[in-house]
Amino acid sequence: MRLLPLLASAIVTIGLTTVLNIQLPIGSTKSPRLGYFLSPQHGFWKNAEKINANFDASIFADELKGNVDVYMDDRLVPHIYADHDEDAYFVQGYLHAKFRLWQMDFQTRVAAGRLSEIAGADKLSIDRFFRRLGMVYGAEQTEAYINEHNPVMKATVDAYSAGVNAYLKQLSPEDLPFEYKLMNYSPEEWTPKKTYLFLMFMSYDLTGRSASADLQLTNTRDYLGYDLFNTLFTNQQDSLDPIIPKGTVFAKPSITPIQPLGVDIAYLKKQDSNLKATAVSNSPEAPDKNNGSNNWAVSGSKTKSGRPILCSDPHLGLNLPSLWYEVQITTPTHSTYGASFPGSPAVIIGFNDSLAWGVTNAGRDVLDYYELKFKDSTQKEYWFNGKWQATTNRQEIIKVKDSADIVENIAMTHWGPAMYDAHYQNPQSKGRNLAVKWTGHNASTGVETFYKLNRAKNYDDYLNAISLWKCPGQNFVFASKSGDIAIKQQGNFIARWDRQGDFIMPGQDSSYDWQGIIPNDENPMIKNPERGFVSSANQKSVDPTYPYYLGTASSFPLYRGISVNKRLSNMNQITANDMQLLQTDNYNVFAEAARPALMKFIDPTKLSPDANRMVSIMTSWNLYNNENEKGITVFKIIWDSVETSVWGDELTGSPIPLTAPESYVLLDQMNKDSNWSVADDITTKNKIETLKEQVNVGVEKATKMLLELEKEGKLSWSAFKATRVLHLTKIPALSRLNLPIGGGENIINATTEAHGPSWRMVVHLTDEIEAYGLYPGGQSGNPGSPYYDTFINYWAAGKYYRLLFLPKEKLVANDRTKWHIQFKTI
Amino acid sequence: MQKSFSIYFKLILTLFLTALLGYAVGLYGNLPWWSFVVTNFMISIVIVQKPVNAFLSGALGIGLLWLVLSLVIDGQNQHILSTKVANILPLNGSFSKLIAITTLIGFLLGGLASLTGSFIRKEK
Repeated sequence: MRLLPLLASAIVTIGLTTVLNIQLPIGSTKSPRLGYFLSPQHGFWKNAEKINANFDASIFADELKGNVDVYMDDRLVPHIYADHDEDAYFVQGYLHAKFRLWQMDFQTRVAAGRLSEIAGADKLSIDRFFRRLGMVYGAEQTEAYINEHNPVMKATVDAYSAGVNAYLKQLSPEDLPFEYKLMNYSPEEWTPKKTYLFLMFMSYDLTGRSASADLQLTNTRDYLGYDLFNTLFTNQQDSLDPIIPKGTVFAKPSITPIQPLGVDIAYLKKQDSNLKATAVSNSPEAPDKNNGSNNWAVSGSKTKSGRPILCSDPHLGLNLPSLWYEVQITTPTHSTYGASFPGSPAVIIGFNDSLAWGVTNAGRDVLDYYELKFKDSTQKEYWFNGKWQATTNRQEIIKVKDSADIVENIAMTHWGPAMYDAHYQNPQSKGRNLAVKWTGHNASTGVETFYKLNRAKNYDDYLNAISLWKCPGQNFVFASKSGDIAIKQQGNFIARWDRQGDFIMPGQDSSYDWQGIIPNDENPMIKNPERGFVSSANQKSVDPTYPYYLGTASSFPLYRGISVNKRLSNMNQITANDMQLLQTDNYNVFAEAARPALMKFIDPTKLSPDANRMVSIMTSWNLYNNENEKGITVFKIIWDSVETSVWGDELTGSPIPLTAPESYVLLDQMNKDSNWSVADDITTKNKIETLKEQVNVGVEKATKMLLELEKEGKLSWSAFKATRVLHLTKIPALSRLNLPIGGGENIINATTEAHGPSWRMVVHLTDEIEAYGLYPGGQSGNPGSPYYDTFINYWAAGKYYRLLFLPKEKLVANDRTKWHIQFKTI
Repeated sequence: MQKSFSIYFKLILTLFLTALLGYAVGLYGNLPWWSFVVTNFMISIVIVQKPVNAFLSGALGIGLLWLVLSLVIDGQNQHILSTKVANILPLNGSFSKLIAITTLIGFLLGGLASLTGSFIRKEK
């Protein structure tokens, strides 16, 4: 033995092995364990799927009641044929896990406030936010309720969970999804609670904007004073074309919400102005303002075939792996096809052999803050209805990677969790003690709505299925083979008085409490209207004669609805192809109204030659937000710049970023009142600027930016907009960037930078259903699979796939059917 | 002549044995990825070689194994994942560099493990 060389060599070997076996710090993140990650038998290479992989398989599962056949088509969409409903959901869980495990695990960790557990203290702020908002609390309410009262849903979610876990059980370490290897952690057992957490996340995504908007509006109102606030944030929308046509007569309301006495002073704060705000920052978690959607159905009277056509395209953040996973589920009780959520059983947006349904977000305000007065810093008592009431303490323990646990003690009150208190503040909450009351906290059987829609045969079944729906409020559109079309706004909506809940409300007595939930049969709805179509695009569902307050107008985008209704009114002899063209339509109805309004104020003799050139690019534009148009880029930048010159001076003095008013407010003023006082630049003391001057200032400022963009070659719309589909980790290499696609805000094709139509579906309700659809992603969540982003180019190009929805024998014989996965009992 | 032939024969035999055992322990996902360090070390104790030759047989055994495996996988995947990983790691999206680094890790660690073992017993 040669001791010295042996020792030296052993130390180097062990040292190198160790270095390659740990995560090394790179900046604020950590590298993968390089030796493990690069090992061809353990690491990422194992995730590099064969281009021509064969997905045939036989799987044995003793949880099954019978055998299940799954056929995968050429787009890797599974068609599940099961003899028992529960078996179908078991297999759906198994397939979700097989193709989307990491994503399901990750998204439910976000919802549960458990990111720090895998990503470290960096993510604590997100975790604390979700814990304190009551995400886990809400999921627990739902779980307890379903376990006790709803055996069918319990069995459904249990079977789904068992399917996920059956996949996990046979998963060997080298086959872990790519992201686990990259970030160095492992999946854990699936539970029904994770399904409910996932659904809580959707509630948050679609109604949680109030969690930051209510604070911002309160601060904005305090800063501007109520009068100016009410001008800039008016609830009046002159051009509104509601979901339920104007002039519809509503039944007498069963609840008459009564404004508390003294609301002007105690709540609206009409007497105060410029209660200066203090610090800086935004709530980092606010859901995208554009979370919305289009859906519509046209009746047979307007179609070429004489049968209804239903369309639905939910607009959400665009991510890889996609939120959606296509599936067909066929059992003796039903046969359905559509987009499902990895994380939840059943089809969420789709159709069955009798009818089709789709959803858009209702946008109604269902989350409020109440200001609390605690007796002392222990937060054991708070003042309510004239006496000190006891709180209960809810403990949330956040595990943090490489660090000690963080414990959140949350005081639970009459209103709900005390989200903001001495221990948890952000600049927007400004030191207040705020309890949050949210319909999302209530037990919800949302899964059952989809379970029943999957099985619905007719209009009554549809109404019955959606009557169970509570949160997030949705517009459920419906069309059946038998010829009915309908739309109903459904959810637990609060019977509000005017502006109730727009701002933080006083919480020291029950006078500001919700006075009731609007009964289901008073929710806006319409069936087989004379105009031959129903539609929704997140606009206000009703005109001001509806007896309840909907929430602040900035939650209801105006223009897509106008576009959809205008186009549908003028269409006849409609085909499925026409509907595809409408879903991907790029016409800018806002610019149609705003451009002439702008031109009224633009004075070419006062503009520089460059500005005049830009204005002429804008005026010669065809009003379509198409990929290569430059006019839209110019229009958008000029419009935004004019907005800034008009009200930027009013808002920028605040140390807290305030909410900007909506574009329609300026447009309505331009059309009504060219002497609008807000136009004055309040930073110039001795001069009163007119709207005309401000528009021209705005155009000149915009021109500077436009010249820069022109130099960089980014004047064409898609280059400027740079639409992307980001991987959930935001790693660019796993994402698709700079997609060639038009559309945008206010456009039916609502594709903005990182947001847009997340699933496009067109269903023609002929005897054999003719359906088209796709989402910007791919059926496999594995970045190493050719099926990872298969649909994205097609989606960007506005094309569709014909969806295969067939009985078993026909599907087996179809030449697009490629693989067979057999699930067998032992 | 006889002697040098047997040295090369031994080197090549050891190389193949190293690759074979390294591959075999790699099949078990529950074993750590560095299991070949142990097998290389043991082979080197059993088959006595000069340190240089031991290093070479271990380095080439694992290095070539990793090269061939990654090349085959990457070819069948048409570089989909390797290109992405080579963009996540600072390799400018070059799958060739990624394969080179994979090979290098196998080469170095495999060689060092065998070298260490070779110091346990003296060549007769």
